[in-house]
Amino acid sequence: MREREDEWTGLMRSAISGDDAAYHRLLRSVTPVLRAAARRGLSRAGQPVDQSEDIVQDILLAVHLKRHTWDADAPFAPWLFAIARNKLIDTLRRRGRRVFVNIDDFSETIPSEPAAEAAPASEVAAQLKSLPTRQREVLQAIAVDAASIKDTAVKLAMSEGAVRVALHRGLTSLTARLREQ
Amino acid sequence: MKMETDQLIRTLAADSAYRAPSVGFVLALALLAGAPVSVAMFFLGLGFRPDVMTAMDNPFFDLKFAVTLGLAIPAFIVSLHLSRPEASLHGWGWLLAIPVGLLVAGMAGEMMLPQRLPAMTRLVGSNSRVCLTAIPLMSLPLLAAALIGLRHGAPARPAIAGAIAGLLSAGLAATLYASHCPDDSPLFVATWYTLATALVTAIGALAGSKVLRF
Repeated sequence: MREREDEWTGLMRSAISGDDAAYHRLLRSVTPVLRAAARRGLSRAGQPVDQSEDIVQDILLAVHLKRHTWDADAPFAPWLFAIARNKLIDTLRRRGRRVFVNIDDFSETIPSEPAAEAAPASEVAAQLKSLPTRQREVLQAIAVDAASIKDTAVKLAMSEGAVRVALHRGLTSLTARLREQ
Repeated sequence: MKMETDQLIRTLAADSAYRAPSVGFVLALALLAGAPVSVAMFFLGLGFRPDVMTAMDNPFFDLKFAVTLGLAIPAFIVSLHLSRPEASLHGWGWLLAIPVGLLVAGMAGEMMLPQRLPAMTRLVGSNSRVCLTAIPLMSLPLLAAALIGLRHGAPARPAIAGAIAGLLSAGLAATLYASHCPDDSPLFVATWYTLATALVTAIGALAGSKVLRF
């Protein structure tokens, strides 16, 4: 536990000094921990656990966009868990109403449709559709087609700088839309 | 189109070169942009008091600036601290007691000096209504600026961060107002400046709880 958290702090410091691989590794390493925390939080609140992935994605976006508020001299884990707690509480507060509505839906639909449905596309994916075309294309190329910034620039006939800007703007507006929904 | 978490992580990693400016920088910039509006309001609506040059020799006139800046500067520091998600007021709240301490010292000092006017007259002062309107009005552009700056951070308690932004903007607006205000008694400052500040703080808390969530 302690070792893992020290490793995170080290990875985040490397990430801030420009090591992209360290940043990727850090995000992959924190995700299972965040997922477990989100599941625990949801089940404690008596909510369906299958929504945990939305919370995980919400937390990851906030971690990414607010990482400049982390003090590089402080350990990373307390900062991460503060963001995670904030997002979890926020989601539960928002879900409060929605889940109530869903329960009503269930009582009407369950008898006729007993089969479990596949998990719906994540909220991030749903909001992705509403982004401006350029931002969506860039996000799509990098997220889904696993293209590099360079490949994306060639494919969309944009400069690499423009791809970077569209990528960052896309992530920022995605987060804003998730917050407003 | 679906977005798996792995794909999101890949996307975030691709954006890792982006470097956001610090919250302190953004907050300072926002305040610098908002300040001219408040200063313009001050010169258009109020202006310096006519005897400002001689007033500067009065320690109780000067004390007003010590109190208002003694509020604004610690509030700036505390609001920056609270823009980090894991931060709390614990260990930092005492900074906000600085202006209170200065005021209490001022009131004690005034009490020890012979006074021409009774305490109640000094407390009521000559234009408390202007004080109660001018400070909140002049603090609004600064409050908006502070909230915009703090939005760049990630405060875990948005209402508290907003309240501190209210203290910050009220402190700055009161610094402007103090150079117009003809009342120098610490009793007046402790009553009316405090009421005006409390009003701005409440507005800040309310606005903060809405706009500072991340």
